[in-house]
Amino acid sequence: MSAVPAEGKPLLGGRFRFWLKSEEASGFKLLSPAFLYALVMLAAPLAMVVVISFWTQELIDFDRSFTLKNYEEAWTDPIYRVLMLRSLAISGIVTVTTVILAFPIAYFVSFHVKHHKPLWILLITIPFWTSYLLRVFLWKVILGYNGVLNSGLIELGLIEEPLTFILYNATTVVITLAHAWAPFAILPIFVSLEKIDRSLLEAAEDLGDGPIQRFFRVTLPLAMPGVIAASLIVFIPTVGDYVTPRLVGGNSGLMIANIIQLQFGQASNAPLGAALALSAMVIVAAISVLIVWSSRRFTKRQAR
Amino acid sequence: MSSTPSAGTIIDIERVEKRFGQVAALKKGIDARIREGEFFSLLGPSGCGKTTLLRMIAGLDDPTVGEIRIDGKPMNGVPANHRPTNMVFQSYAIFPHLNVFENVSYGLRKQRLVKAEVERRVAEALAMVSLSGYEKRASHAMSGGQRQRIALARALVLRPRVLLLDEPLSALDKQLREQMQIELRHLQREVGITFVLVTHDQSEALTMSDRIAVMFEGNIAQLDSPEMLYRRPISKRVASFIGVMNFFPASVTGESAKGVEAEIAGLGPMTVPKQQVPKDVTGREVTAGVRPEMMTLLFDETETAEREVMAEIDDVVYYGDMSYYSLRLPGCEELTTVSMRNTAGRPILKEGGSVRVGWGQESVVLLS
Ligand SMILES: Nc1ncnc2c1ncn2[C@@H]1O[C@H](COP(=O)(O)OP(=O)(O)O)[C@@H](O)[C@H]1O
Ligand SMILES: [Mg+2]
Repeated sequence: MSAVPAEGKPLLGGRFRFWLKSEEASGFKLLSPAFLYALVMLAAPLAMVVVISFWTQELIDFDRSFTLKNYEEAWTDPIYRVLMLRSLAISGIVTVTTVILAFPIAYFVSFHVKHHKPLWILLITIPFWTSYLLRVFLWKVILGYNGVLNSGLIELGLIEEPLTFILYNATTVVITLAHAWAPFAILPIFVSLEKIDRSLLEAAEDLGDGPIQRFFRVTLPLAMPGVIAASLIVFIPTVGDYVTPRLVGGNSGLMIANIIQLQFGQASNAPLGAALALSAMVIVAAISVLIVWSSRRFTKRQAR
Repeated sequence: MSSTPSAGTIIDIERVEKRFGQVAALKKGIDARIREGEFFSLLGPSGCGKTTLLRMIAGLDDPTVGEIRIDGKPMNGVPANHRPTNMVFQSYAIFPHLNVFENVSYGLRKQRLVKAEVERRVAEALAMVSLSGYEKRASHAMSGGQRQRIALARALVLRPRVLLLDEPLSALDKQLREQMQIELRHLQREVGITFVLVTHDQSEALTMSDRIAVMFEGNIAQLDSPEMLYRRPISKRVASFIGVMNFFPASVTGESAKGVEAEIAGLGPMTVPKQQVPKDVTGREVTAGVRPEMMTLLFDETETAEREVMAEIDDVVYYGDMSYYSLRLPGCEELTTVSMRNTAGRPILKEGGSVRVGWGQESVVLLS
């Protein structure tokens, strides 16, 4: 480019200089450390996983020619399908259980606690200040063969043999995950309940509703954005959970993340692991979009 | 106070008190009877307990002491959904997740009507509030005035015995508010339902109501028709809350068949007719009150009045149709306001001059 700007160019350059001073630009500048961090720590590894998923493992090296073989295997081998479906099922049950258990708690704090609501919410989160591993092990202690639950029930004479279906299977995974994610479900539901104008509830009563009708016609629909948010917050991460099934799931409780870990580890087939991981990601994303999309009628109408 | 329901009474409020913890919202026991088919207003400054009383009629709160009866039936412990009342909330409380039709038909679901009948009743109610054709609109897309009408339609569609309105117009701008005052009044006549309105706006209460209960600090100070409240207020407080009134210190000198003899500062000795002296005005030292339009300026010698005095003009405020004169009456410390209609040919006097002021026996009331 010559020193004398060509036609059209100075306008663009001028605009860019102007933009650099704008509020938008200063916003970007402020964001840039976090943005860089996200780029390096999240986007770059993800991009690598995408790339690797199209390669082939050759002992300790990769054959870097493009192939869809890994995806083919990921989507056709019954083992992976079973594990994927089981992961989705476990997550789905965990989500529903968590939300159903979290709702009454959030409701109680929002509607029946008069003073110090933030303190109540804080107290609810206290058990979750300990390490996640500790909490998982605690469930082992509670649900184990000689655990608190079994010895308690035997003492009471309710059972003679320890129950075995409560540890090292999918049920245990559900119980442990539902407990672990409870506060993350309580918070968004609590917030959406807090936002409900109490005069709407009085109006419903005044117009003839009893408490139950009022709940289903006003409270629940208005709390729906919180319920949806809670569902996504619980569903998305639990599908890919790896620690919980590993520790309390036994063989019948294994989930997709465990097999992905296996591919990167012992099986040392990173490309297949990458393809499985990306497939799981796409499926979870699709389901999440579906949930958001089908709930739009709740959130859109309450735009104001 | 007898508890037999008198004919024409729809709501009986008897010795009602309400406390919220330490706060006494309504004290001393409120008594009032609201008549079938009337437009009744609760008027008072903010915080005097109007909403509290209205909510107890609606069943959203229960009295701490006393009883409210509707159609002679005791209502204590009866929840709002079992009372023959419906409410228009101050915030309108329009359901944001429902459209206009769903909002208006909300309460009809209980009545198990066929779909066509629901649609007919909703259309009828929307027509009543000039919102025909808005059925499918999202409720959050409606303006403040429209939301107010939806709230009104939603309550009226249920054909309640009593419609309760908590400051329904206070969120609207002045022009819309004045238009809605007239429309509400017409609507009430049309449907014949008893309306109980809460407002802190005295002109709103005066223009719309058949009767008004003026409330101060958790008590009803006076319950009367707008005209009687204006012309025969029983206390200085009521008199100055409703319109403007000049007050004069007065001492009672005697009583005759014609009325109460009083020596009034600035106005001199007068006989105030019996009906202009409220029952609870007792003792020697009282207050005499005169509305600004109950006195007149006598511009030329030919004009006369029952009583008259020369006064100095301290200030003149010109309002176009009216002029307000602040006058200094001999023997009276406070300035006296007199309003004059600016009719054709009538002069507007300048401050600093003096003028004859006239009044009559009818102009004066005694107050406690
Ligand atoms: N739920 C409540 N808890 C505590 N105090 C209240 C409550 N409702 C009303 N009050 C108090 O009662 C008094 C009357 O309130 P309100 O009836 O709302 O007045 P108004 O409608 O005349 O403005 C006020 O002092 C108010 O603070
Ligand atoms: Mg109020």
